[in-house]
Amino acid sequence: MIIDSSKGTLTYASQERGAGLAAALGMTPTALIEFVKESGLKGRGGAGFTTGLKWQFAAAAPAPSEAAATEAGTAKYVVCNADEGEPGTFKDRVILTDHADLVFEGMTIAGYAIGAKRGVVYLRGEYTYLVPKLKEMLRARRDEGLLGSNVMGKEGFGFDIEIRMGSGAYVCGEETALIESLEGHRGEPRNRPPFPVDTGLGGKATTVNNVETLAWVPLILSRGAEWWKSLGTERSSGLKLFSVSGDCAAPGVYEFPFGLTVADLLKAVGGGDAKAVQVGGASGTCVPAKDFGRRIAFEDLSTGGSVIVFGPQRDMLQVAKNFMEFFVEESCGQCTPCREGNEVLLEGIEMLEYGECSTSYLKELVKLGETMQIASKCGLGQSSPNAFLSIVENFRDELMGRTVAE
Amino acid sequence: MLVTPHMAMREELEALADTFGRDRSALIPMLQAIQRKNGYVSDLAMQEAADILGIHPVEVHGVVSFYGFLGTEANGRFVIRMCQTVSCDMAGKDAVARQLENDLGIEFGETTKDGKFTLEWANCLGMCDQGPALLVNDKFYTKVTADQVADILDECRKAFGATALQAEKEWLV
Ligand SMILES: Cc1cc2nc3c(=O)[nH]c(=O)nc-3n(C[C@H](O)[C@H](O)[C@H](O)COP(=O)(O)O)c2cc1C
Ligand code: SF4
Ligand code: FES
Repeated sequence: MIIDSSKGTLTYASQERGAGLAAALGMTPTALIEFVKESGLKGRGGAGFTTGLKWQFAAAAPAPSEAAATEAGTAKYVVCNADEGEPGTFKDRVILTDHADLVFEGMTIAGYAIGAKRGVVYLRGEYTYLVPKLKEMLRARRDEGLLGSNVMGKEGFGFDIEIRMGSGAYVCGEETALIESLEGHRGEPRNRPPFPVDTGLGGKATTVNNVETLAWVPLILSRGAEWWKSLGTERSSGLKLFSVSGDCAAPGVYEFPFGLTVADLLKAVGGGDAKAVQVGGASGTCVPAKDFGRRIAFEDLSTGGSVIVFGPQRDMLQVAKNFMEFFVEESCGQCTPCREGNEVLLEGIEMLEYGECSTSYLKELVKLGETMQIASKCGLGQSSPNAFLSIVENFRDELMGRTVAE
Repeated sequence: MLVTPHMAMREELEALADTFGRDRSALIPMLQAIQRKNGYVSDLAMQEAADILGIHPVEVHGVVSFYGFLGTEANGRFVIRMCQTVSCDMAGKDAVARQLENDLGIEFGETTKDGKFTLEWANCLGMCDQGPALLVNDKFYTKVTADQVADILDECRKAFGATALQAEKEWLV
């Protein structure tokens, strides 16, 4: 059985179906993009790129040719990234369970903004059980004229959405790997530039947005950019969903404005005695108790929403090891720093585990981690050393001179 | 007329191409459907898929080998994926894993002799607030304890047949 994870009512719950879309269609695409930019909405998938700006780039990319575009009906694409593979993240699953309608509506609005006629949801294979319900919802939206040709009676704006499945590869959440996968290839990240907004799916301009980002769009349209900006911080406007797991009394999905401190969050979830919190999943940062005053926002602790709480009894080396095993398995193997580096770090962690790592070798491992952050081709390898590095920095006393447990 | 495995596979893939299209982007949905139905993607399936889409079989093999949920070895009817990532680990995945091995008489990475169960490790399944989590084919089991393992396996054995195939039908709609 799957437990209902939402803690308290999410703001999503009160949104009226179609209201955001109607507001969007009342504007020109250019005005709509300005509005989304004005709200300051940033991507909820982790990187925090300004959503309106991404849409603006894709809107500006020339359609292959107007005639060819209408003929094929596929001039540009809106992709919803529902690959949710970051350890400790499950808020997209909750959104797709309770508020998928908003995600579809956000995609439709994006389609209108950039001039796309087709949307694709890339859903992780693990969430296959959601497919029948999602398809039913798409059908209902078609029946109500919220998808299809002339959406909501808007002459000349047709849009439809299909669902495509992932097949068990974390790296496919990276947007260029996701596109490779949709095109029928191995999910290996591409060099950027060119960016997907320019050369995306099938070589066409494509916006890739996270599930949560898209779901917020109709709400912001209904309630106004001022409402959104009144929440959060100056550089991280609005609300954010957090997936909270680990050693706390009430794990689940929480909604908070950006800018709260780690301590605030721990209080809300009943994790008061935590010794550390991993913010941002395996690729995020391990924050020790002395730093619980830090803020969760793009300008301080940036996150896609994964929060994992470690209680006083946890062995931080085991935590680092678990994360590193994850990256060794999930690296696509395309570039050397990531392919080899993660393995070397894991071996180093095992040496620490058995009390066989010299201080100077640990220094070398740290250097290697820093090199990987710079030299890896995509975000996976660039961030895979983060957890290890922050644990080495903050929990050295737990790592050094260990004796092997019998 | 005698229908060879070759012809049968060809026919099956042609039908899938009718549904998903005949360009490269149809490849993964086709392979996913084959994997669901047969529990693996055979050499024959890879050859035929390559032929229909006009690409080299090596390309198809490269795709199959990349994705964790596609494989060239026959899986059991029920693939049990146990989350090994940090939150489930802290929630006590080891006891459940041990019991799964004991009750099935196999280790992780293996399939039971009767072809019913495959046991695999998986990375974060997206159920971290309710671990330890198991994914059995498309069905989640959460907050699993070691003493529930036998019941879960029983439930699978009973589902063998009609209900187990239900999901596959819905899939292609
Ligand atoms: C290895 C890796 C995995 C990623 N996985 C996801 C994911 O599962 N979901 C997601 O929305 N973004 C993921 N991203 C970020 C995407 O590349 C992309 O930035 C994001 O989908 C953009 O959407 P947003 O601007 O709405 O956040 C991942 C990035 C990397 C490097
Ligand atoms: S950093 Fe890792 S995942 Fe990314 S392209 Fe290089 S090997 Fe692949
Ligand atoms: S850590 Fe097990 S489901 Fe996320």
